[in-house]
Amino acid sequence: MENKSRKWLLIGIPYLWLFLFFLVPFIIVLKIALSDIAISIPPYTPQLDLFAGLGAIGDFFSKLDFENFKWLIDDTLYINSYLSSLKIASISTFLALCIGFPFAYGMAKAPESWRPLLLMLVILPFWTSFLIRVYAWIGILKTEGLLNQFLLWTGIINDPLVILNTNIAVYIGIVYSYLPFMILPIYSTLEKMDDSLIEAAVDLGCTKISAFWAVTVPLALPGIIAGCFLVFIPAVGEFVIPDLLGGSQTLMIGKTLWSEFFNNRDWPVASAVAIVLLLLLVVPIVLFQKMIERQQEAEAR
Amino acid sequence: MRRFSWFNATSLTFGFVFLYVPILLLIIYSFNDSKLVTVWGGFSTKWYGELMQNDAMLSAAWVTLQVAFFSATIAAVLGTMAAMVLVRSGRFKGRTLFSGMVYAPLVMPEVITGLSLLLLFISLDIGRGMFTVILAHTTFAMCYVAVVVSSRLVTFDRSLEEAALDLGASPLDAFFSVTLPIIAPAVIAGWLLAFTLSLDDLVIASFNTGPGATTLPIKIYSAVRLGVSPEINALSTILIAIVSVGVIVASLMDKRMAKTRG
Repeated sequence: MENKSRKWLLIGIPYLWLFLFFLVPFIIVLKIALSDIAISIPPYTPQLDLFAGLGAIGDFFSKLDFENFKWLIDDTLYINSYLSSLKIASISTFLALCIGFPFAYGMAKAPESWRPLLLMLVILPFWTSFLIRVYAWIGILKTEGLLNQFLLWTGIINDPLVILNTNIAVYIGIVYSYLPFMILPIYSTLEKMDDSLIEAAVDLGCTKISAFWAVTVPLALPGIIAGCFLVFIPAVGEFVIPDLLGGSQTLMIGKTLWSEFFNNRDWPVASAVAIVLLLLLVVPIVLFQKMIERQQEAEAR
Repeated sequence: MRRFSWFNATSLTFGFVFLYVPILLLIIYSFNDSKLVTVWGGFSTKWYGELMQNDAMLSAAWVTLQVAFFSATIAAVLGTMAAMVLVRSGRFKGRTLFSGMVYAPLVMPEVITGLSLLLLFISLDIGRGMFTVILAHTTFAMCYVAVVVSSRLVTFDRSLEEAALDLGASPLDAFFSVTLPIIAPAVIAGWLLAFTLSLDDLVIASFNTGPGATTLPIKIYSAVRLGVSPEINALSTILIAIVSVGVIVASLMDKRMAKTRG
């Protein structure tokens, strides 16, 4: 009996914490997204008093109002920022894969004694502040910045390139910040791979390149997919990178939510933006979670 | 003997250049005498001196350290408990919801986590300040701790704990004298991860902070929006140095522990 109550205490404490600080806030966001804007602090008219009992719930549903969502559809700013977030995240994920895969492959093929050091060198930038790493690129990409100084000095270009405050700078920033998330899962699948499989394919008449596509890539696929999720999901909702490296024409939904909240102080619309962003991410997040669970089950076996 | 081809060497070199050159340039230009960050004006440490005079920066740093310490510590406890639940408790009602709540914050966009917690604090009428930032950081950091600790718990040999129980230890005794010492490296790693995440966070802190609780990232962000400044380079260099030394020491310790364990 005592054992059982201890077990429920162990489950209960973290459960309650996550319930209160993770799940309940979402219900509140949903509630506010369905409220009208009012000039008061907090600037919304509450539409559901959680403590007013069951009667209030019926009342609440009859008064539900999707005005803020209609507003999101009517105003092209929001649609454009969603689409542009998806586009920027997809392109960045693809670029990260193009750089990350050869890198992870190189790491897996490096002499075994080097690998712990290489691994640490990949992880180290992740520990240093994200904000600082994004900041570092401002000085490099500015019109009078270090990259342009270098390119002008070597004579490759005659006029400085405008990179900062464009989408290109945002791609660079996202790839740079999330590259370790792409490299690590791919490396861990490639490292486990048995080289004799490639040798067998070559013995059976494959060229090295076709053996790579027929054997290595399919075996590395779980790592590739995990890496793509780990870059794509945070990139969609990214705020710091488009704000600091992007220009005024760079639309991303995280930035739109931020300015809706902090500049326009329109909380209901900010909440509606958050709900739609979440719906957009639910599919990749659920897929990703399923994949993690399957991997854990496979490892436990 | 495996061949290490020129292709692999090139992609590794290119990757490391890409990862490290921006950080190296940032560090080099923190010693620049010129106020113009991108024009080299000779070696100087004057920006470090000015940083030490900047009271607003120093107090922000102090707030940040406190927030990171408390949230990492609470997160380490809660995250370890969550990991025990995930690995040990088998099936119970609401398990799917629980594991969903543990993994979802890892991939949740920060703007949503920040906004939703702020709205919670407002509806509960909790005044915003250091306390709310600590609560917010604890919540997402505990999920990272849970992931790190549960990966260690999976490989844990339960017969050790059962032996302690057979010899008359209470479950709590068995946890503190057998389980905890074995999973300690993972708990410490989780604590360090939580500490760094808290130190680093701009978005969630911006939503949930109040008067008098400006953290360092918020301070850096508002300075960076005004443009590049050598003082920020100096501050960044100090932070990078602290973190690098910490990570290197931690990994050396880990290596030594792995050796003594055999």
